[in-house]
Amino acid sequence: MKRITVKRGSYYDSVFLMLATRSLKGLDGVREAIVAMATPMNVDLLGDMGFPTTELDGLGPNDLVVAVDAANDKSADAAVKEAFESLDRKKTESAASGVTKVGSFGAAMSRAPDSNVAIISVPGAFAAREARKALEAGLHVMVFSDNVPLDDEIALKKLAVSKGLLMMGPDCGTAIINGKPLCFANVVRSGTIGVVAASGTGLQEVTCLIDRYGEGISQAIGTGGRDMKNAAVGGMTSLLAIEALSADPATKVILVVGKPPAPEVAAKVVAALRASGKPCVAHFLGAAQAKDEKNLAFATDLEEASLLATLLAMGETSIESARACILEDSGNDRYNRPSKAAIEKIAAAEAARLAPGQKWLRGLYTGGTLTDETLFMAHATLGGVRSNNQTDPAWTMADPLRSEGHVVIDLGDDFFTAGKPHPMIDPAARAERLAKEGADPSTAVVLIDCVLGYGSHADPAGATVEAIRTAKAAAIARGGYLPVIASVTGTPADPQGYSDQVAKLEAEGVVVMPSNYRAALVAIEIARKAAKGGAR
Amino acid sequence: MIRDAMNAKPVLDLFKTKLSVINLGLESFAANLVREGANAVHVDWRTPAGGNAKAIAALDAIEAGTAVDVEKANAEAVRRILAAEPTVVGIGLALDVVPGMARDLILHAGPPVTWGKMCGPMRGAVIGGIMYEGLAGNPEEAAALAASGKIRFDPCHHHDSVGPMAGVMTASMPVWIVENKAFGNKAYCTLNEGLGKVLRYGAYSGEVLDKLRWMRDELAPILAAALKLHGPIDMKSLIAQVLQMGDEGHNRNRAGTSIIIRELAPHLVMLDYPKDKLSKALAFMNANDHFFLNLTMPSAKCSVDAAAGIEGSTIITTMARNGTEFGIKLSGLPGRWFTGPAGVVDGLYLPGFGPEHAARDIGDSVITETSGIGGFAMAAAPAIVKFVGGSPKDAIDVTMRMYEICDAESLSYRIPVLDFRGTPTGIDVRKVVETGILPAINTGIAHKDPGVGMVGAGLVKPPENAFRDALVAFAEKYARK
Repeated sequence: MKRITVKRGSYYDSVFLMLATRSLKGLDGVREAIVAMATPMNVDLLGDMGFPTTELDGLGPNDLVVAVDAANDKSADAAVKEAFESLDRKKTESAASGVTKVGSFGAAMSRAPDSNVAIISVPGAFAAREARKALEAGLHVMVFSDNVPLDDEIALKKLAVSKGLLMMGPDCGTAIINGKPLCFANVVRSGTIGVVAASGTGLQEVTCLIDRYGEGISQAIGTGGRDMKNAAVGGMTSLLAIEALSADPATKVILVVGKPPAPEVAAKVVAALRASGKPCVAHFLGAAQAKDEKNLAFATDLEEASLLATLLAMGETSIESARACILEDSGNDRYNRPSKAAIEKIAAAEAARLAPGQKWLRGLYTGGTLTDETLFMAHATLGGVRSNNQTDPAWTMADPLRSEGHVVIDLGDDFFTAGKPHPMIDPAARAERLAKEGADPSTAVVLIDCVLGYGSHADPAGATVEAIRTAKAAAIARGGYLPVIASVTGTPADPQGYSDQVAKLEAEGVVVMPSNYRAALVAIEIARKAAKGGAR
Repeated sequence: MIRDAMNAKPVLDLFKTKLSVINLGLESFAANLVREGANAVHVDWRTPAGGNAKAIAALDAIEAGTAVDVEKANAEAVRRILAAEPTVVGIGLALDVVPGMARDLILHAGPPVTWGKMCGPMRGAVIGGIMYEGLAGNPEEAAALAASGKIRFDPCHHHDSVGPMAGVMTASMPVWIVENKAFGNKAYCTLNEGLGKVLRYGAYSGEVLDKLRWMRDELAPILAAALKLHGPIDMKSLIAQVLQMGDEGHNRNRAGTSIIIRELAPHLVMLDYPKDKLSKALAFMNANDHFFLNLTMPSAKCSVDAAAGIEGSTIITTMARNGTEFGIKLSGLPGRWFTGPAGVVDGLYLPGFGPEHAARDIGDSVITETSGIGGFAMAAAPAIVKFVGGSPKDAIDVTMRMYEICDAESLSYRIPVLDFRGTPTGIDVRKVVETGILPAINTGIAHKDPGVGMVGAGLVKPPENAFRDALVAFAEKYARK
């Protein structure tokens, strides 16, 4: 039986709706359940699923719909009850959080006239007008929302630049301003490195590594993925951020991280870094290696970028001397980096236990930039890796749900998150995929990330260990072995706790590396050995 | 080398200031910041204009720049509403005092409507009005005359008037004359006929017409004479008092009716009329809780009329229903109605009646809400909270929501339970459309058939499209691009 229950005039954030939907799907006797706002799209969807949409006539995006397909009345009743309880939990929790709540942006400004930053995570179609209001009111803005039209981004950034305001995003997941983590960010120590980053997990990875190397962050400014990459946006936010960090007395070193900029933007960014008068480090993922300049180092990976910035902040007087400090030795160095030799040893030990037929790398990521870092490394080394993030159409996954050959998947991609929470918020989808890859006898090694900090799941390692345990046991039962390699992006001060999360993974036999770069090296090496038939 | 970074100065200022965030969207982002020691205010965000693209474009266009300063225009509109001094100055015959009134003209409630589109109660009232004027001898003749085109119909609002329910006013009906002393404009309204079978609910039987004649020939002259002895009645002060006595000025008029009797009685008993006639007049008022409504309505009408026609103002100066359509007018778009289908009242019914008997929303009495009382003052009337959900908190919630769509608070009409906060006043159509919060309207429910009368009372939702259409038209006229 299909039942629809409506509550008019109750707007809920999509994440809470998705979590409520998920909490219904596990209930006894519930075949299908949707908790959603009655947007035209959702109404169509419910119609396609065979729900009686006559009950939805005249409803709009501020009306809540609970649609349940259940075995009987009792199950349906229970599901509807659970839906409202789940949404009410959100309300009760918020009441306990001590956050002041108001009805409109104007009311917020009159309540807190000294406000200086607006964070906007409303649906993308409406994010621009809220951002414009905030900029007009003189606030710096961080737009977390994605699906904001390019024209809107350009107009907003022009407005922001004309007022000297930071317009972070759209699609900006992470920033750290005055030591406070915004949206998806880690609790890192204060320091003298100023970061400008296009991406979320890239920014998280470098700030966490810097924290681990003993340095800290003055400011970490997110720009959104299109800022440098799109010539029309022209790096407006990045350039303003670099200009501000150049003049900021608390910032000694500037670190820029992102995908390769459009050529004309790259020239402007490099010129701005040269003119900063401060040592700078830049890392453009997947770009051809550029030659270091006097005050500007081009790093090859996120780890090297973090380490160079740290050394320059700690007093190394030149790029050369900083580079000299990070030449690898044979064992773990003072930065706890296993050397290439050590990695070779770990990989050999893991690969030795593989059964014949175990050939492929399966990278299962929740973080987009971490996916890309691994993808660029593995694609070159392993002679072709499929991914939903591939820029080369020949290697783009035809069906992201089906792995073939070496694969590195970004599970936070729109393909996977339509109607579901992002895997950083709820790692259940990744655990499912891990179980699937583990059941595939051709899988040689599973590589995962584990991103901590505010915004992320309360226990991402804990939410994944059961799937790891099952997959490893199944491999052994088949007469093989399943290496699982991981890195944890986090700090000891994060709500989840770095060492707790590492311990949970290690307890399952997971090889935990100190950075995504090192984890990828280990996994790629195992896959390389497996492909050569080095096992057994 | 530290460069002089003039453009980045606001960013450098941010780096030196405590982080204070306004959060729209995911609430956890605000909670996390508070946990980390930053300031954060969370906005309970809702889809603007219900996601209607045209309305959002109009909002954006107005915000991007208008030919006239909207804020200034609205400030003036609101100033005029708040400064109004509605005062009862007399009673006269409609033909003598109502502008443009004529023998062949019938005024009705709401926006313009033709005989063909009139709802049952309004047709009944028109039939009654024609017979009352002696233009037809029976209902069939009256209906034929109404359909013939020989009778003209026009909204009360086009003649500085308002009428409850069907709102029918004909040439020889007595009317209250209320003057806005601050601006000199006047408003007119018939005398309330009481409950049961009455013209305003579409009844036209002999007893209905007899009562109307008695009102014209006996009640009105008595009240006019008493009023003359009393002198002009300051309605602003009376309405302020009744809001502190449990009325909200629309659906509950018990305190107001009591207080007007108290005002008039000492003078009424001095009149040179037989005692039984004076007593009948007093008893008639006493038996009709809504007697005061027909004084509140023209008071509200002349108060908001002073704010009509201000270039560039988005303040709503008229809301009215004719049983077929609900219509509004904006100060900045004088003479234009924006309409949508009249709603079905969500209410409580008198014994023996239910929603199946209800006519659609009807009457000019929503002028009270337009002026900032009625549903907007719901928190003042705990006795009728059953209409809005049952608890005094529900009533307070209704009033609190109305503050979000108004530009000002009344300086005179105050609500005790809200610590004497002024009622929300000056409905801004931009806020209505942006928030999707529609004006809360208290109202009576008429039987859908002519002549039965009132079957209940409750709350009605006006049609959202009327507000959106008005906003879009405003943007077309005033927005620069």
